[in-house]
Amino acid sequence: MASGNGTSPDLRLTSRDMARFVRDGFLRFDGLVPRDLCAAAMDEIESGRHLRDRGQGGAQFRDIWADPGSALGQAFRLPRVAAIIHSLVGPDPRYDHHAAHLTPAHTRKGANLHQDAEYDVRRNHFDIQISFFPEDTPAESGGTLFLPGSQFRRVYESTTRRYQDVLGQVQAVCDAGTMFFWHTNVWHAARSNQTDRDRYMFKLRLNPTVRQQRLWNTADLDDPDTRTDVAKILSQMIPWHGQRHRIEVMNRIRLWRYLAGDPDFDVALWWTRIENTPDIVYRTQLA
Amino acid sequence: MTASPTDLATLRQKLLVLYAANSSPDTEVVAWSLYDGTSDQTYEAAGEAVPPYATVLDAMRDGWRVIKYPDLRPPSPGQEYDLSYLEFEFVLEKLESIDGKR
Repeated sequence: MASGNGTSPDLRLTSRDMARFVRDGFLRFDGLVPRDLCAAAMDEIESGRHLRDRGQGGAQFRDIWADPGSALGQAFRLPRVAAIIHSLVGPDPRYDHHAAHLTPAHTRKGANLHQDAEYDVRRNHFDIQISFFPEDTPAESGGTLFLPGSQFRRVYESTTRRYQDVLGQVQAVCDAGTMFFWHTNVWHAARSNQTDRDRYMFKLRLNPTVRQQRLWNTADLDDPDTRTDVAKILSQMIPWHGQRHRIEVMNRIRLWRYLAGDPDFDVALWWTRIENTPDIVYRTQLA
Repeated sequence: MTASPTDLATLRQKLLVLYAANSSPDTEVVAWSLYDGTSDQTYEAAGEAVPPYATVLDAMRDGWRVIKYPDLRPPSPGQEYDLSYLEFEFVLEKLESIDGKR
């Protein structure tokens, strides 16, 4: 990935990007993987080559699909892709698992909104999942649906399936080569494939192996305009949060403090006022 | 007018579940689900951007009857910053005859 040492562009996320990740729980990037590489990756997926080798959980990601001829290995090691991974889980993440999720043509999914892991009770640390769409994914093919701002909601896995539609939900409708990078606690669902073509979404889960602190391009972090924008992004209302907006913002601020290594960061005094428990006795009180 | 036993036998329930942004039925709907006992079809979660009614009250004015009103629960000590399920769940019903529908 780019070094950020001045000799090559730093391709990692910006502070504004990271603030959006903290607010929404995911980031979308269109056109990350060139079409010819997408086609080669589809050949590997459909040949089953990467469906069988799933027994390597816990390996370093650098050792997965290390064959230079592996199209999937090439896709996930593209400089920009590697830089985004670095920004979220660090320079040498651990491979957790992958899955080539197939939704065959004319498959009805129904409501299946879920969170992958209620047992993941880590407050600040998080894994990421990358959803790679190697083919064009029109709305009727039922690409993955994500619910922005659901990553702080702790629920029992698929018990959210009673929520058929939520205001502001985002379905992956995209061209080949698009990737979503998402916090593993984001609520998500596959949608029905109403087309004549099978649809694949290739998922990769990665674990951090270093503290997730200032891993993105933080050159802009102390810039006043950036700090203003970060505060605005972290304060933004997501309509489905309703009355719980304030608590969502407090969770965002708490995560930002951890990621930025800035324990005093705040927006509109949300944490500062409740952390203010003065113990100094004013002199006249003793008189 | 009282429905006859024959009429009652043809009635089936539709459930419309509306999740409001706050505890009162006149606040905006932020999530929704439909279960239709009058047909054999399963409602497809369709990625729709707009709820069927702007508020629960609007649904009531369109003939839906509220059969569940959400409870209010104070935060448990130590869990004031925890977030979980959608809280303000209103369940509404309509009874419709399936005469001629099946």
